[in-house]
Amino acid sequence: MAKLKNLEDFRDEIDQCVKCGCCRAHCPVFGAEKHEGRVARGKIALADALLSDDVEMEDRFLLDMSQCLLCGSCYAQCPNKVHTEDIVAATRREIAGRKGLSTFGKGVGIVLKNQGLMNLLAKGGGVFSKLLFKKVPDQSGLRLRFPAPFISSDRTLPPLTAKPFRERHAEIIPGDTGKPTVLFFTGCGINYMYPDSGEALLKALKFIGVTVLIPKAQVCCGVPAVSAGAANTVESLAEENLAVFKQHNYDYIITACASCHSGLSQIYPGMGEEFNEYRDKIKDIFVFLVEQGFAEKLAALPKVEKPIRVTYHDPCHLRNHGISKEPREILKALPQVDYVEMEAAGTCCGLGGTYSVYHYDTSKKIGAKKAGFIQESGAELVATDCPGCILQLQDSINHAGGRQRAVHILDLVAEVLPD
Amino acid sequence: MLNTEFIAKLREIVGKEHVETDKADLICYSYDATQRKFLPDVVVHPGTPQEISRIMQLVNEHKIPVFPRGAGSGFTGGSLPTKGGMVLVMTRLDRILEIDEENLVATVEPGVVTEQFQQAVEKVGLFYPPDPASLKFSTLGGNVAECAGGPRCVKYGVTKDYILGLEVVTPTGDIIKTGGQTMKGVVGYDLTKLMCGSEGTLAVITKIIIKLLPLPEAKKTMLILFDSIDGAAQAVSAIIRGKIIPTTLEFMDGRTIDCVRQATDLQVPDDAQAVLIIEVDGDREFLAKQVGKISEIIKPLGVVETRVAETPEESEALWQIRRSVSASLRKVNPDKFNEDICVPRSKVPEMIRKIDVIADRYDVPIVNFGHAGDGNIHVNVMIDSKIPGEQEKADKAIKEVFREALALGGTMSGEHGVGIMKAPFISMELTKTAIDYMKTIKKALDPNNILNPGKIFPSD
Repeated sequence: MAKLKNLEDFRDEIDQCVKCGCCRAHCPVFGAEKHEGRVARGKIALADALLSDDVEMEDRFLLDMSQCLLCGSCYAQCPNKVHTEDIVAATRREIAGRKGLSTFGKGVGIVLKNQGLMNLLAKGGGVFSKLLFKKVPDQSGLRLRFPAPFISSDRTLPPLTAKPFRERHAEIIPGDTGKPTVLFFTGCGINYMYPDSGEALLKALKFIGVTVLIPKAQVCCGVPAVSAGAANTVESLAEENLAVFKQHNYDYIITACASCHSGLSQIYPGMGEEFNEYRDKIKDIFVFLVEQGFAEKLAALPKVEKPIRVTYHDPCHLRNHGISKEPREILKALPQVDYVEMEAAGTCCGLGGTYSVYHYDTSKKIGAKKAGFIQESGAELVATDCPGCILQLQDSINHAGGRQRAVHILDLVAEVLPD
Repeated sequence: MLNTEFIAKLREIVGKEHVETDKADLICYSYDATQRKFLPDVVVHPGTPQEISRIMQLVNEHKIPVFPRGAGSGFTGGSLPTKGGMVLVMTRLDRILEIDEENLVATVEPGVVTEQFQQAVEKVGLFYPPDPASLKFSTLGGNVAECAGGPRCVKYGVTKDYILGLEVVTPTGDIIKTGGQTMKGVVGYDLTKLMCGSEGTLAVITKIIIKLLPLPEAKKTMLILFDSIDGAAQAVSAIIRGKIIPTTLEFMDGRTIDCVRQATDLQVPDDAQAVLIIEVDGDREFLAKQVGKISEIIKPLGVVETRVAETPEESEALWQIRRSVSASLRKVNPDKFNEDICVPRSKVPEMIRKIDVIADRYDVPIVNFGHAGDGNIHVNVMIDSKIPGEQEKADKAIKEVFREALALGGTMSGEHGVGIMKAPFISMELTKTAIDYMKTIKKALDPNNILNPGKIFPSD
């Protein structure tokens, strides 16, 4: 049975925090809010106090625990490598376990459990039309990220697709013999919002003769539910996906969404031994493409005369796991791209799973900084490897009045490949 | 617990949202980098000097102790609310008020983060040298209160050398200015210098007037590996004796390097027993000459390898070894007691030898690194305090280290301050008469002993 760790299991990790304060320099939420309760050090002190029954789960406590993007910026710079993002997620589960999915989890809980309200949302949400919203399953990360009544009317969202990506394709798309077979874990973002990026991925894999499996039974990875503290949801989603992984034969599981990659490769293995054998099979699309010599193939294409200036945003969920080189390598190899590095490419965009739902104002402040760096870079496009980031980046650019577009790197790759 | 009338008045002064009494908030302002915890009764975030003035008058009426706090990153407990009462969080005052390029002077509020200030002045070609390791998150107010140092102090001096004037709120609630904007000024006592390093016990700093330098054109970084700690220590003295003052002169001993080797994949040859990282700055053409001269001086002292960085990236790679120390040490033993003794530069080799003897005598690993160029050595006693008897051994070793540093004409703290951590030891360094002199000042300015009480001086 898939089982996430309890807060109690993090006691040693909590003790590793020496309260040096380094996280104050790197936490995007602290940068916007300037309160010790918003930064890793404060949250660890609070988790510690909760474990020793020194604090009640009162409003301030809940607020502080909800004020975390789980972006791992603190971990990346922490001298003692304390995984605050895991400690906060475990604390949220602890809260949900003791008090129900409260405060930050409330919206999620409502959407998941209350069918009557669900219908109402689908009618009156304003963001998603009734028809389209029905296509998104109850447990999809999209619903967790954007429960309609909690979505600020201020937020700009892409339209949902009329036909989800997985419904468009057969479960197997054969490639050349002797080439690897991959299972494409689409994620909710590509399936419902950005199916074109999924099509672009298929085009790239077809170009190098890879056989692609797109099992229809796959479900949301569960990362937004981790953010919401909904332990049962995460565990049951993981088991459904595990059943899919077991059912097929393939060399790799490919993701084109940083959050899904993090869920499958980082969170699942902590939930039980049965997940371990898949850990090494999970590959981000650009890591896979680089390994397959794709960058060289791109570089061999004739250069475009007037290339477009493009910068890259590191999704937290890739940067934290050491994936930052490969997406850039592909971008730089593209014949139509004039690559430019922006300042602070590795800082969080501000979406943070369910974070932006409950703290849209802070999320906007964090996004505004990012939009500024994009602007300063002189790029026309900001490319990345995560539908969640794309959505937030575009929203931030829109609010800043910028003209740049946020795209998936795959979209740019598809432009230069033959149909 | 504080009475409701007091809380109501506080809310009236700073606004409801800037007064916090929830347990979760109190916990978040109960600690600093010493890892000690003291729960305050109230956390207040003032927005102006006038508000602080009114707060000080109020706490004197109610006899509630006040503990000013910047980033809470101090190593000696200077900001800890050791007696409950009020934590006064200064980080809302975080504006850079002026950078005067004609006079090379800046005026800032105390909550400005040190690195952000440095970046702002460097943008216009100016330079604020003090660089405590915490500069990415510590505040200038905290830096002034503790008189922070850092690697660059070898050449450029410490925080107090850059503070021309202050605006402060006195313990009884008056707002006064000390010093001013000018490079010179001798009217009355030098209260500015008195405030620098007074650890928040004499006044609450609300504005800081800072002296700036022109930004040096370039810098060059060298990493030199020695086959013995003695060679490296002698190199420090030899360079200074050779009339060269590098910007930084950092050293790491053999145990430190071992930790780095174990914990990281950074390349350090096996026969290296000590490392010096030397940086020189100034005009470009002048730097190559300096590097050459330093290489010449240290050549006979058992150099295993010299690496010179030509680009900022290469320089960063060399510093990586120094920056990885903290995390690496923790892998040796979980608890680190970091002392920051300072001895005359020529005594560094002798001090290092004495520390080795102490480590053997008390059977505790002591790892040394730090700012050897100004004699400021970070002595890290590494133990696992959960093992019975370890803490006692560490305490004895630390006291012995202080004794030896003082015997060599040094001090027990170069840049961290006294706070509560070193308060029990200050009579080793200061005479009773000197301590009484200080206490008389404190008592005259703060008759109710209300501002950061219990710091610096041992409890009577």
